[in-house]
Amino acid sequence: MSTPEARTSSTSGSVARGARLSVLKTYKLYVGGKFPRSESGRVYEVTDAKGQWLANAPLASRKDARDAVVAARKAFGGWSGATAYNRGQILYRIAEMLEGRREQFAAEVAAAEGLSKAKAQAQTDAAIDRWVWYAGWSDKVAQVVGGGNPVAGPFFNLSTPEPTGVVAVLAPQSASLLGLVSVLAPVIVTGNTAVVVASRTAPLPALSLAEVLATSDLPGGVVNVLSGDTVEIARPLAAHQDVNAIDLAGADAESAAELEGAAAENLKRVLRPGGDDWSAEPGLGRMTAFLETKTVWHPIGA
Amino acid sequence: MPTDAAPRDAGRGSLSDVVTSDAALRRFLQGLPGVDAVGLEARAAALGTRSIKTTAKAYALDLAISMIDLTTLEGADTPGKVRSLCAKGANPDPGDRSTPRVAAICVYPDMAAVAKQALTEQGAGEVHVASVATAFPSGRASMSVKLADTREAVAAGADEIDMVIDRGAFLAGRYLQVFEEIQQVKAACGAAHLKVIFENGELATYDNIRRASWLAMLAGADFIKTSTGKVAVNATPPNTLLMLEAVRDFRAATGRQVGVKPAGGIRTAKDAVKYLVMVNETLGDDWLSPDWFRFGASSLLNDLLMQRQKLSTGRYSGPDYVTVD
Amino acid sequence: MNAKLFAYAPAPESRAVVDIAPSYGLFVDGEFREAAAGKVFKTLSPASEEVLSEVAYGEQEDIDAAVRAARAAFGPWSALPGAERAKYLFRIARIIQERSRELAVLETLDNGKPIRETRDADLPLVAAHFFYYAGWADKLSYAGCGPDPRPLGVAAQVIPWNFPLLMLAWKVAPALATGNTVVLKPAETTPLSALFFADICRQAGLPKGVVNIVPGDGATGAALVGHPDVNKVAFTGSTAVGKQIARTVAGTRKRLTLELGGKGANIVFEDAPLDQAVEGIVGGIFFNQGQVCCAGSRLLVQESVQEEVLDALKRRLSTLRVGDPLDKNTDVGAINSAEQLARITELAEAGEAEGAQRWSPPCELPGEGYWFAPTVFTGVSQAHRIAREEIFGPVLSVLTFRTPDEAVAKANNTPYGLSAGIWTEKGSRILKLANQLRAGVVWANTFNKFDPTSPFGGYKESGYGREGGRHGLEAYLEHA
Repeated sequence: MSTPEARTSSTSGSVARGARLSVLKTYKLYVGGKFPRSESGRVYEVTDAKGQWLANAPLASRKDARDAVVAARKAFGGWSGATAYNRGQILYRIAEMLEGRREQFAAEVAAAEGLSKAKAQAQTDAAIDRWVWYAGWSDKVAQVVGGGNPVAGPFFNLSTPEPTGVVAVLAPQSASLLGLVSVLAPVIVTGNTAVVVASRTAPLPALSLAEVLATSDLPGGVVNVLSGDTVEIARPLAAHQDVNAIDLAGADAESAAELEGAAAENLKRVLRPGGDDWSAEPGLGRMTAFLETKTVWHPIGA
Repeated sequence: MPTDAAPRDAGRGSLSDVVTSDAALRRFLQGLPGVDAVGLEARAAALGTRSIKTTAKAYALDLAISMIDLTTLEGADTPGKVRSLCAKGANPDPGDRSTPRVAAICVYPDMAAVAKQALTEQGAGEVHVASVATAFPSGRASMSVKLADTREAVAAGADEIDMVIDRGAFLAGRYLQVFEEIQQVKAACGAAHLKVIFENGELATYDNIRRASWLAMLAGADFIKTSTGKVAVNATPPNTLLMLEAVRDFRAATGRQVGVKPAGGIRTAKDAVKYLVMVNETLGDDWLSPDWFRFGASSLLNDLLMQRQKLSTGRYSGPDYVTVD
Repeated sequence: MNAKLFAYAPAPESRAVVDIAPSYGLFVDGEFREAAAGKVFKTLSPASEEVLSEVAYGEQEDIDAAVRAARAAFGPWSALPGAERAKYLFRIARIIQERSRELAVLETLDNGKPIRETRDADLPLVAAHFFYYAGWADKLSYAGCGPDPRPLGVAAQVIPWNFPLLMLAWKVAPALATGNTVVLKPAETTPLSALFFADICRQAGLPKGVVNIVPGDGATGAALVGHPDVNKVAFTGSTAVGKQIARTVAGTRKRLTLELGGKGANIVFEDAPLDQAVEGIVGGIFFNQGQVCCAGSRLLVQESVQEEVLDALKRRLSTLRVGDPLDKNTDVGAINSAEQLARITELAEAGEAEGAQRWSPPCELPGEGYWFAPTVFTGVSQAHRIAREEIFGPVLSVLTFRTPDEAVAKANNTPYGLSAGIWTEKGSRILKLANQLRAGVVWANTFNKFDPTSPFGGYKESGYGREGGRHGLEAYLEHA
């Protein structure tokens, strides 16, 4: 497990007597359940809050975005067709796996965001708890936002929420782990699949989270994680005809407007950025933003 | 009524296989397309909103009168009552000789001879005598009694026999038994035409009514009839519409045309016109005649007559201007 | 053909129940006024091309005035106790019921749809919609949008011509119940019922400025949607315009709901209740001359019953009565406009050119007005334009399938996702298909049913947001 300190010492060139040289991790994208490098071969330098080198992260390209959409679409049928109970179990499993790597993520968050150890720990704990919170929603949200409608006639009439499809998620630029989990969990708990663009400046917790997802029984392709220039990756996603929705949480006002305009081409559902307090209880809004309401009618007669 | 105009067409696919055994018949009847109750009722209601005015209304009123099986089926029936009904059927509106005669007078078997004689005396020989038979209305008697009942009615001059099916046997799934009973009664009818009454109110579901329709048509019914008029649910627009669809599909399948008779509960001219609209839009011209469509009714006739008077005079009529029988 | 034995005599509904003025102004701030620039346009009866009235044409300045009036009214209207707002809506519902025959005739004249439909479908649903949302006005804290949900402000609403008054009701009722104020632009070809609705607001004593109505065309609508002081945009219409509107509101704080086009699949299995399925097919595509966003414009019929279903369908279509919309026995009325008729004609010709077989029942179309005979295309493949593009007319494209999976794949193979139909007597198959179909409303063993309690809206390019039911409130409330 690499810590910022270890990294700093390992890159400074001055090896202390008796100290062990740590093994560095090559950070990769997460697409279709696999960990590829960017097809472009590009990387960019990720530093900590003080500007010290942390890692080279993949600089994903539009082709990586395209591949991620293909993977997400492929995974949609199975994931949306899984039982709500099953999805809840898997989200809870993610929390369990994250709990087991709590120290690692606290350290990554501290490095990425320049937080104190205690604050980074609190952010990590809140992120784990958020998975647990959303895990419980999997088999309840339909009861809260759906239901029978008392139509004036001999008809059974039931409205149920269904996942919108493939959702592009621009993770918040700050709150590299808690913010990410707060936008990702509500998308997938209801059966959507996601292409997530990690925080540009702090992508490492997101890329590490992919390792957790890969070991949590989450089918490959349900979540795909890209790192790089948010707007560069977001443009092809916003324009992609096989993406059904986009969460602009990580976009600044100017690019959000541009991306929303591009998203209009196939009438993506758009969740605009702003006003998110990741420490507050989330409410239903981020789930319902990516749910469709389907209403089924049937005559009642013998 | 004419005999079968169109011959059975072997090329349409024979249905004779389906009556070879109880099991085969059950498979066939239960394999008929289902009926969606709400959709059927909605269609019947929509047809009921047709607005029939002026010339179309005049045509419909006269057609309806000519399709009536003017009926008395009471324990209190007497020869006097039956003769009076025959007079009414022969000359429905004494004040207007252009009024058509009804199609038939419908009575119990013991009154068939009275009716036949009365009609002959009225010079209304074309008005048929229809007699219920087969232990009407319950049908709860032995087969020999039912057949004797039928033969006696025919012998007394009935031109048409309205039999009831054994609903108990039908509901128990003994379709072949019902089939054979209809066949035997048909044979006992000789030249008389056979109407088969299902008692839709007791069959209860539309699926059953469709099955009963096919069962009766396969067994040789000339007419299929909704009900006896003796239970709570008699003819309704949807159950009649369903039977109209059945005779339409049966002719398409076999080439043989069968008539339909809703009975019981049709009391107003407005109701009768709605039924005629259903016939018109479901079956068309081929069934728009007393040969192929009848109303089993008693009080309907007077309402038709009052509407007819209104149409010719422009004034609303009243019960004092039609005869009570 | 021989003359029918039972030929229905004409049974026209009386025009006398409606008194159409020779001209109408805009309805802004509680009063009718001329357009600022003084422009007017004519509205026609599509069944006869007769000019019904001349209507003020709204432009930017008029939109500005209407939005100002709505903004001024917003404070006091939203501050009213919900129970008081409710009573205004109940009043409106009742007045609509009282005046429903008048409004039905008016709608039939201005739109061309049969009186049977305006009388039996449009108007009862309009009144029911107001009645339903009236009851919500003082119960919003139970609507699942937080304990004290707040209205958005001024709602800009643009509605289509296919169900003019019903679409007005779908927009106005929830907006007012939640405390918003409204600027509504009716469709260019059907402005009259909205202007009559303005009079109903007056009769109900609705405070001035709460509802403003600015007739006009696409430019008027664009000015309204683009106005910087509106907080909410609700649009029903074509997908192309819906996309333009989505681009317009991009980067603003305006909330948007869109109810757009469709290419609904009506799927008939071999074990369907066939007579009812045929009725559902007919109602699905010939209701309102097929000018319905959720029309079942693609019939997917299982190959094993293809012949039987098509025979029954053609037989049934031969009984459809096409003609004078005011005749109470008319089943299929006029196409709404020359422009729409041209589009239907063009697509039908494309269908023939691409090799599909065209069939229409024998029917005599009136000499004047805009008419298109009920039309069925068989031998249609997924690649044909008539299988992919929304025709918005009385044209049915028939395709076949062999298995449930194939039916679902074909039904979903469209950028639209508004409606679908399933016809089978097998319950488990209904539920499986209902799950798999990507459409906002699935009618099983029925079609084209609507109710104010039942949420309506699309997947994919059929739009977003729901109208009707509790869900319909969400579009007009701040998200907690």
